[in-house]
Amino acid sequence: MLRKILPHPFLTLLLIVVWQMLVNKVTVGNIVLGAILGLIIPLVTAPYWPNRPKLRSLPRIVEYIFIALWDICVANVQVAYVILFKSNANTHPAWISIPLELRSPEAITVLAGTITMTPGTVSSDVAADGRSLLVHCLDAPDPDSVRDGIKARYETRLKEIFE
Amino acid sequence: MLVEILIAACLVISGIFGLVGSFGLIKLPDPMMRLHAPTKATTLGVGGALIASMLYFYFVVGQFSFHELMITLFLFLTAPITGHFVAKTHLHLTCKPGDLPPTATDRPWASYESDAERARIEAAAEGETAG
Repeated sequence: MLRKILPHPFLTLLLIVVWQMLVNKVTVGNIVLGAILGLIIPLVTAPYWPNRPKLRSLPRIVEYIFIALWDICVANVQVAYVILFKSNANTHPAWISIPLELRSPEAITVLAGTITMTPGTVSSDVAADGRSLLVHCLDAPDPDSVRDGIKARYETRLKEIFE
Repeated sequence: MLVEILIAACLVISGIFGLVGSFGLIKLPDPMMRLHAPTKATTLGVGGALIASMLYFYFVVGQFSFHELMITLFLFLTAPITGHFVAKTHLHLTCKPGDLPPTATDRPWASYESDAERARIEAAAEGETAG
């Protein structure tokens, strides 16, 4: 019964919070309106979200977000260095294929998004059975170390969060 | 005073990274490499400007603004998707499966599997679970 009214409780909560932030003022009226949106939108879009992803632990999610933000800052400087000071002949772009241990589509989406947002790597494609990810690197003299780095740094953490 | 220096520093950092990203678009030789430039501009380039805006509204105007956090959230949701679209278009137009590393599974990259082949495999898998 509760599952019928609230198919995605996290989504409902997120919509209420996002609505408060969008109107930029927390009042009773805004919370009620946010709650109405948070109830209706998950109900209407429920057919597109057949499974409810299980999230294991909040501290791990926060840790993951901060690690990703830090890596984005570091990688920005590295890519700026490549663009400004390395000649094109000296830059070694590479395609790498990352075999995935993650199985849940949500986790793979988050991993692909993180890889793209980190400058220097763009996730481009996924294998037809969803078991490996195609990533393009701007400058990777040693593609294997990039692959191992992504697996160790992001994939193991996502595995703990989602599976 | 200190806050103003901080705001100015954030704006300068965001300007520098935006400029470097745009310069990368001109300098880098092939489309896949040029795709890396906009991911830079949306992260530190826009991020610096947003942090500066938050600091300004909190310390100078005296009200807290959530809008910058929302812009960050929406950028982080949409930027990878556009990047992915551009990369996929590039794959379809110019790359052959031979140019890419193998998938390490028995099926090809999703861009190169025909719809008929996919339908056949999925029907077979469904038959297996039903039977």
